[in-house]
Amino acid sequence: MTRSEEIISSLDRSKIISLLRKGIRLDERRLTEVRPITVETGVIQKAEGSAIVKLGNTISIAGVKAEIGTPFSDTPNEGVLIVNAEFLPLASPSFEPGPPDENAIEVARVIDRGIRSSQAISLEDLAIIPGKRVWVIYVDVYVLNHDGNMIDCSSLATIAALLNAKVPKVKVVGENNVEVLDEWVPLPVRDRPVSVTIAKINDTLIVDPSLEEEKIMDCRLTLTVNEKGQICAIQKGIGGSLTLDEIYKAIDIAEEVAKGIRDALPPLPDLKDVVWVVKEEAKEKLESEAEDSGG
Amino acid sequence: MSSSRISIRKEQRPPKLIDEEGRRVDGRRPDELRPVKIEVGVLKNADGSAYIELGRNKIIAAVYGPKELHPKHLALPDRAVLYCRYHMVPFSVMERKSPAPSRREIELSKVIREALEPALFLEYFPRTEIDLFIEVLQADGGTRTAGITAASVALADAGIPMRDLVAAIAVGKVEGQIVLDLCDIEDKYGEGDMPVAMMPSLGQITLLQADGVYTPEEVKKALELAKKGIMKIYEVQREALKKKYIELKKEVEEEYDKK
Repeated sequence: MTRSEEIISSLDRSKIISLLRKGIRLDERRLTEVRPITVETGVIQKAEGSAIVKLGNTISIAGVKAEIGTPFSDTPNEGVLIVNAEFLPLASPSFEPGPPDENAIEVARVIDRGIRSSQAISLEDLAIIPGKRVWVIYVDVYVLNHDGNMIDCSSLATIAALLNAKVPKVKVVGENNVEVLDEWVPLPVRDRPVSVTIAKINDTLIVDPSLEEEKIMDCRLTLTVNEKGQICAIQKGIGGSLTLDEIYKAIDIAEEVAKGIRDALPPLPDLKDVVWVVKEEAKEKLESEAEDSGG
Repeated sequence: MSSSRISIRKEQRPPKLIDEEGRRVDGRRPDELRPVKIEVGVLKNADGSAYIELGRNKIIAAVYGPKELHPKHLALPDRAVLYCRYHMVPFSVMERKSPAPSRREIELSKVIREALEPALFLEYFPRTEIDLFIEVLQADGGTRTAGITAASVALADAGIPMRDLVAAIAVGKVEGQIVLDLCDIEDKYGEGDMPVAMMPSLGQITLLQADGVYTPEEVKKALELAKKGIMKIYEVQREALKKKYIELKKEVEEEYDKK
């Protein structure tokens, strides 16, 4: 991000600050009011799951692609989830082409942390042949228009795309072969963590900062809240600092706001009786026979 | 994806991370820090430097600058640019880490910079750059916070004007308990890690991250515990800085007496 684009006139700055003192924001929102959210899922048919999320004028699109690959050596019995975020140059005059910079990497890692900590996806359900073959789920989030709070917008898009995603059932044939079946099932999504970004401007805390507010904020605090109302990821960003009391206040705000944001998401899939991996029947029979004869 | 390497150094998850008597894997109590040691001015070439040992963590931080910034168009007209690089050497961990910066290291470099910026009077040095390098020589859990602790001492050693030192420690959740200063095993097998940095005299938090699941009350408890640990680290930082300059003063006085 080039610095010149981050500059805001001192007139605008003092206007925002003087309004905030009266509890008013430039776009007439309340301090803890989130901009209107729209979530549209299944927008990309070639993706296993997808979603476009608009948070005011900030837009993110997320797509899920799944493939069968090998597990990480330290988690041989779990599927793999990879979250990647990029800020496209078409999203803002200050974005430039190139590999994800530290800001995009931060967004991806904060989203990833929320999903992992809340165990939103049960990765153990996505192991096919433990140690050898597992589902590898890629979520790529792209910011299409930057008008502030890319973290919350992209995090919503990520969860919405995962909720929307379907993968084919697979069958393990023999020792090492995987056969892809025709029946498609939802991903094992069991929680919908919602990130709430709170900006501190002077001594005022506001929810869902707009681009203008981001330009003058002292710092931001992103709190991710799971369905049970527990905090499952925290990230303070930008220079600046917070007192303990401000952090406690931010937690209260996040708890209060998260529910409303979650309502914009599709519901959790019904996972009762859903299986992702079926074992070859013949083999099972053989095994049970072997057990019988052994006993 | 996974490598086909077979690791030769195997580590077993201990059956219990906290035993019946409330002792942790390394024998500590939940609110106990590992031994800390800080040395100031360990690198002669740098304008400021510090070395920290926190348990088995061994981390060195160096500061160069304020100095001219290249390329010039990156210079800021009203303040210095703080450049921060957090890096782990390949042999600092069990399985060799590629020396190229990982996504984790890129994120940590960013949050460490943002944790230190609030303490620095960067506006005193417009159009310049201050470089901060943190090398993790051995990692044992809590490297970013130990890195911040060392870096802030190195910045003070370099004579950069500061509002306060920044002291940092990780807290976390292990076996359902909130504990101070996670070691590697607790970080890996515990339920959550929450690094915190603070300007202790000003009571301002400058870094806060967390993974794992916490109730709001647990977050509060964790932050209070972090604050306690930070106050102890702060004391060690100040002692380390004083020690260097008391020795320097002695040297100068002896030189003077000789004359």
